[in-house]
Amino acid sequence: MGNHFFDKATMPAGQDRVDGRAKVTGTARFAAEHPVPELTYGVLVCSTITKGHIKSLDTKAAEKAAGVLAVLSHLNSPKVPGFDPPKPANKDEKPRAWDGLKVFYSDKIYFNGQPIAVVVADTYERALYAATLVKAEYIKEPHQTDFNANIKQAASPKGGGDDYTRGEANAWKKAPVTLEAEYIVPFEVHNPMELHAIIAVWEAEDKITVYDKTQGPKDTQQSIMQAFNLPEKNVQVVTEYVGGAFGSALRTWPHEIAAMLAAKKVNKPVKLVLGRDNMFTLVGYRPYTIQKIGLGATEDGKLTGITHTAISQTSSYEEFTEGAVGVSKFLYACPNVNTSYKLIPLDIGTPTWMRGPGEATGCFALESALDELSYKLNIDPVELRLRNYAETDPQRNLPWSSKYLKECYQMGAEKIGWFQRNRNPRSMQEDGMLVGYGMSTGVFGAFRWNATAKGIFHADGTLTVQSAVSDMGPGTSTSMVNIASEAFGLPHDKIKFELGSSSLPPGPTQGGSGTTSTLGSAVHEVCVELTNQLKQLALSAGNSPFKNAKPEGLAVENGNVLLVADRNIKMSYVDILKQHNKPELEFMKESNAGEEQKKYSMYSYSVHFTKLHVHPSTGVITIKKVVTAGDAGKIVSEKTARSQMIGGVTGGIGMALTEEGIIDHRYGRYVNNNLADYHVPVNADVPEIEALFVNRPDPYLNPMGAKGMGEIALIGYAASVANAVYHATGKRIRDLPITLDKIIS
Amino acid sequence: MNTQKPRQASENGSDGFNASRRDFLKLSSAVAAASITPSVVTKAADKKVDERIADYFEKMTLNIEVNGTAQQLQVEPRVTLLDLLREQLHLTGTKKGCDHGQCGACTVHADGKRINSCLSLAIMNEGKKITTIEGLAKGEELHPVQQAFIKHDGFQCGYCTPGQIMSAVSCIREGHANSAGEIREFMSGNICRCGAYPNIVDAIMDVKKGGQDV
Ligand code: FES
Ligand code: FES
Repeated sequence: MGNHFFDKATMPAGQDRVDGRAKVTGTARFAAEHPVPELTYGVLVCSTITKGHIKSLDTKAAEKAAGVLAVLSHLNSPKVPGFDPPKPANKDEKPRAWDGLKVFYSDKIYFNGQPIAVVVADTYERALYAATLVKAEYIKEPHQTDFNANIKQAASPKGGGDDYTRGEANAWKKAPVTLEAEYIVPFEVHNPMELHAIIAVWEAEDKITVYDKTQGPKDTQQSIMQAFNLPEKNVQVVTEYVGGAFGSALRTWPHEIAAMLAAKKVNKPVKLVLGRDNMFTLVGYRPYTIQKIGLGATEDGKLTGITHTAISQTSSYEEFTEGAVGVSKFLYACPNVNTSYKLIPLDIGTPTWMRGPGEATGCFALESALDELSYKLNIDPVELRLRNYAETDPQRNLPWSSKYLKECYQMGAEKIGWFQRNRNPRSMQEDGMLVGYGMSTGVFGAFRWNATAKGIFHADGTLTVQSAVSDMGPGTSTSMVNIASEAFGLPHDKIKFELGSSSLPPGPTQGGSGTTSTLGSAVHEVCVELTNQLKQLALSAGNSPFKNAKPEGLAVENGNVLLVADRNIKMSYVDILKQHNKPELEFMKESNAGEEQKKYSMYSYSVHFTKLHVHPSTGVITIKKVVTAGDAGKIVSEKTARSQMIGGVTGGIGMALTEEGIIDHRYGRYVNNNLADYHVPVNADVPEIEALFVNRPDPYLNPMGAKGMGEIALIGYAASVANAVYHATGKRIRDLPITLDKIIS
Repeated sequence: MNTQKPRQASENGSDGFNASRRDFLKLSSAVAAASITPSVVTKAADKKVDERIADYFEKMTLNIEVNGTAQQLQVEPRVTLLDLLREQLHLTGTKKGCDHGQCGACTVHADGKRINSCLSLAIMNEGKKITTIEGLAKGEELHPVQQAFIKHDGFQCGYCTPGQIMSAVSCIREGHANSAGEIREFMSGNICRCGAYPNIVDAIMDVKKGGQDV
């Protein structure tokens, strides 16, 4: 280890996480951990066939088993009104259809591992045992889970494919230098460490509280309202801490409805925690996708045509799409681009967004292809990207709100020693190992949606800020405290951010890298308004030291309103409240994005550099060093931002080297549905990772100038590994994960 | 490797042994119990009386010290140490990530050694001293490893964190924290899906270098 390690070890920069103490002492409460009186336990029974019908279900033995309160299935489940919405009175209005699987609704089986019953008992062990006593007989139908065997079924999604042409379609074929290649991203599973879990508590016939794992308390509240036809005030969703999710908790899944139904049936609170095996089948995954890329370029490396097509998969009962081919439309300046996106419905549960949705898949293909092209052209991969740098958005013909991608290339290249390497494949060795350097680009939209926040300044000098969001790990609470501290002029330790309950002012769902931008804007605006009110109150206070001053002449700092002209003249917030006899000062506001998003194209960018070793005879890959440089606008929380980038790269290492959900198509069933067989990176797989930020504000997206970074941390990363493997070995691997058998074969 | 699939409905499975054993227990224990606890048995109106007696006989006495407090508990033999901690003792700091010994989220110390509490039946810990994450700090004063995790941001969501910290303390105590490479190896039984590994390594190095008593 160089000196750097020790510098970082003693001096990590930035504010500590505000919920750090709760997390290191075990007091942070996750969904399954809320103490609820009279708690009972639900355990799911899942189908062992992949397609067909339940012929019979024998629940007698389970019902008789010790401690069992009920066995629920399609035969006896309470009705879910939202599954069969009544026709609206107005004929033009469409009834709001239920998205996704309707649990315990019929005898139909859509995928292997589908819940067919839930057993409720007074202890977890009793429920777990009784669940083994439920016996199902099925009428089987032939199933289709094999993507490649069904490729002919690929069709444009009903909701519209990503069919797009700019200039001339397939223009790449006419170029002097061409490349055509096919890339595969397999099934990947989110596998957050916290198992999805819910505690459902019916407080009354028509009133429910759930302690649930969700990335969006308000979204989950809406789903429950829809399912059980309840008014907003009768549904409370609590999600204080979320143990990772990466997209798996973006929607309401069958097990959540199952727990609510079970609680209704037994008239007691029910806790339902998924098993790790259920995490592969019941809460989504990244869909298997085959992509074809055609690139055409002039001899000097100017792209003249890009064709990017993708075939992905969805379930038989629901259409899921993501923007896999989107990146090719705008990442590089190229006059001729065409894309298409098709889907194959398979007898597997519905996929869902997984960190860097779509773009992670798309960038693996595009950024691998660029690398391949660079060798054909004999141009350095970084140089090739710079020659095709898009100075404005070629897709929307708009300026970028901000784009510091060039800076990312430069920072990253310097740090890893990119230009010192020998560019030729299989040319470098170190300690008997083949050495490879690879790089890639990542990009994701920078968004801002609507959010409401409330700020309450208390007489004791502390500020509480509230919004109904959840924090699955990126450090939302910490970022919001930082934003509030800056806007309100109060030290961090005097600010508390409250989240994790649907009763709080409506916040955004945590996804799409938009939380800091969206909610941060609301927090910022609320805090600024509170300081304006404090300034007014300071001016009108009986003992005001600011005689004849105007609000514009005042500033805030460290809990005081002060005179800009003479900063020694000040009045503390606490004193201002006291003078006006106010116990507290409160303000709530909904914050919306303006017209900026129509005038500018807004994206965050990342550039990943990887140095790795490949064992020359066994093909074992060891990642030695990663440098990742991000343009995520202004960084509002340095320490957590760095962690988020490191975490994204770690996910990317899994995507590149180890992760693949494998289904035995004879049975339509996962064979590696556990953490011993589905390999996520462990500590020994992950080297030193340096996260660098351009750290320059975006002038248009939001008042903080912050863009998102959750997705760009991972998007593109797998390609940097594939490209480094090629550099090390001369072997191009186009199907993930890059396992050693593919290298030595 | 656990090959059992308790949550799958088998097409032709048999519950066989366990159910009949319990029925037998209900019957025989009612007779046996009559001499021991007549007052319980003679509550004739209580339909579930045989259940309660079976319950009584199905549980075993467990003497265990958890975070410095000696406890005598009645537990079913099939209850894991992890579920005992989380569901019965309400010590939810210890996490369940897989229940199969594959993730390390459930790491606790048993007589000072790190173990996966999901792989240990509660009754196997008779007479043992268990330390969980809740028992690591001295009152308000955090353990040096807890402090270092905060300082180095050795987590994101925090779900793997209690297990990581319990493992990290052992890693140092075992003498396996002498280099970043060694720490990586000896911390590889604890998965962090958020990917905080480099920060976890930094935190452990920091404590090790500081030479504090762990
Ligand atoms: S829960 Fe024990 S190792 Fe995963
Ligand atoms: S901090 Fe989330 S799994 Fe480790």
